[in-house]
Amino acid sequence: MSMITVKNLRKSFGNLEVLKDINAEVKEKEVICVIGPSGSGKSTFLRCLNRLEEITGGQVVINGHDITDKKVDLNKVRQEVGMVFQQFNLFPHMTVLENITLGPVKIHSTEKTAAEKLALELLDKVGLREKANSYPGELSGGQKQRVAIARALAMNPKIMLFDEPTSALDPEMVGDVLEVMKQLAKEGMTMVVVTHEMGFAREVGDRVIFMDGGYIVEENEPNALFGNPQHERTKAFLSKVL
Amino acid sequence: MDIIVSALPILLKGLQVTLYIFLIAILLGFLIGLVIALLRLAPLKILNWIAKIYVDAIRGTPFIVQLFFIYFGINSLQFISLNSTTAGIITVAINAGAYFAEIIRAGIQSIDKGQTEAARSIGFTGAQTMRYIILPQAFRRMLPTITNQSIISLKDTSLLSVIGIADLTQQGQIQASATFEAFKIWLAVGVIYFIVIYLLTLLANFVERRFQLR
Repeated sequence: MSMITVKNLRKSFGNLEVLKDINAEVKEKEVICVIGPSGSGKSTFLRCLNRLEEITGGQVVINGHDITDKKVDLNKVRQEVGMVFQQFNLFPHMTVLENITLGPVKIHSTEKTAAEKLALELLDKVGLREKANSYPGELSGGQKQRVAIARALAMNPKIMLFDEPTSALDPEMVGDVLEVMKQLAKEGMTMVVVTHEMGFAREVGDRVIFMDGGYIVEENEPNALFGNPQHERTKAFLSKVL
Repeated sequence: MDIIVSALPILLKGLQVTLYIFLIAILLGFLIGLVIALLRLAPLKILNWIAKIYVDAIRGTPFIVQLFFIYFGINSLQFISLNSTTAGIITVAINAGAYFAEIIRAGIQSIDKGQTEAARSIGFTGAQTMRYIILPQAFRRMLPTITNQSIISLKDTSLLSVIGIADLTQQGQIQASATFEAFKIWLAVGVIYFIVIYLLTLLANFVERRFQLR
């Protein structure tokens, strides 16, 4: 079953066309990694999937909801799509526990005690139960990102989007975050991951998309894409990063 | 000294009037400021313009002119009759509201847009994002400037004496001319204002510290 269908997606910022003609499909439980040089449009592509960026043209269907349709209840669709940002974007005025429970309590009207129970389970999962009452400012980057993942999971999403989740982390923190993401993939979460971690893309990705200049240049299974790239631009990029 | 001692009960009565007007006006002013700031940032051009015109009109005219306009000007139209206290409260509130609007707007805009994106990506509406995520953070940042504007507004209330409100300044004027002891009376009035504003500053510092635990 198709969780995400993207047809002829175009996105412009003023006169600058960032996404030119993107077609993609993500099936349930698939993990798609999006790689490419900076400025290739990969983050913009990801942000179009929950319409954090207004879509200039084309169609994006998320779990059956056409989010390019003006009548769609975007807030409803977003509840089904978790997002993790490069800069974590935790709410600094709330404790870790409050960060995670705010959505369930205010949007799903979950009882506070039930929401806290769920939050603690999720914190267990990301290995940070003891930080429940800390504030984001007291956490390291890797810990913040794991809390951000727990916060997104608390809404019980069907799809998780990751926008360069390890790019702002110190190298020794990267492993913990990737570990949590691997676990999530193993549990069957549908994931789209924009990343510079080629090792992760190779190991965890079901498919890898290589983007450049606003186009999807090449798309394949990781071993094929990394081992035997078909396009010159893919070869050039991989020779620089691998 | 006995001049001041005998004048003190009357001055303190004036202080009560000053504080009463100040408290109501500052609360109203804050609400006006919040509404105007939200209009200013609303996604509708016409609302932005209304808010901008309001702020520019208030900032571009002297307080005393605003006071005369509301008390004498509006009353002269004779479709409504404002007593001096009401006119005073309205003027201080409307005046403070314009400045608060700018403070609140700047506070909201100072919050990183990643906060909005995170909240919206969870599924919060724009209004929920404002209420739970943006305003609580913005408010902490705005506190020092809010304190500053509140102090200015408190001092502005002294101008209300010109429309006959029996505030601290007006009582001082009466006492000064009744006793012919202008030096002592005005010194006493000044000291009373100073103490009140100093206490207000201490309160603001306390609130600031309470909110800055992290």
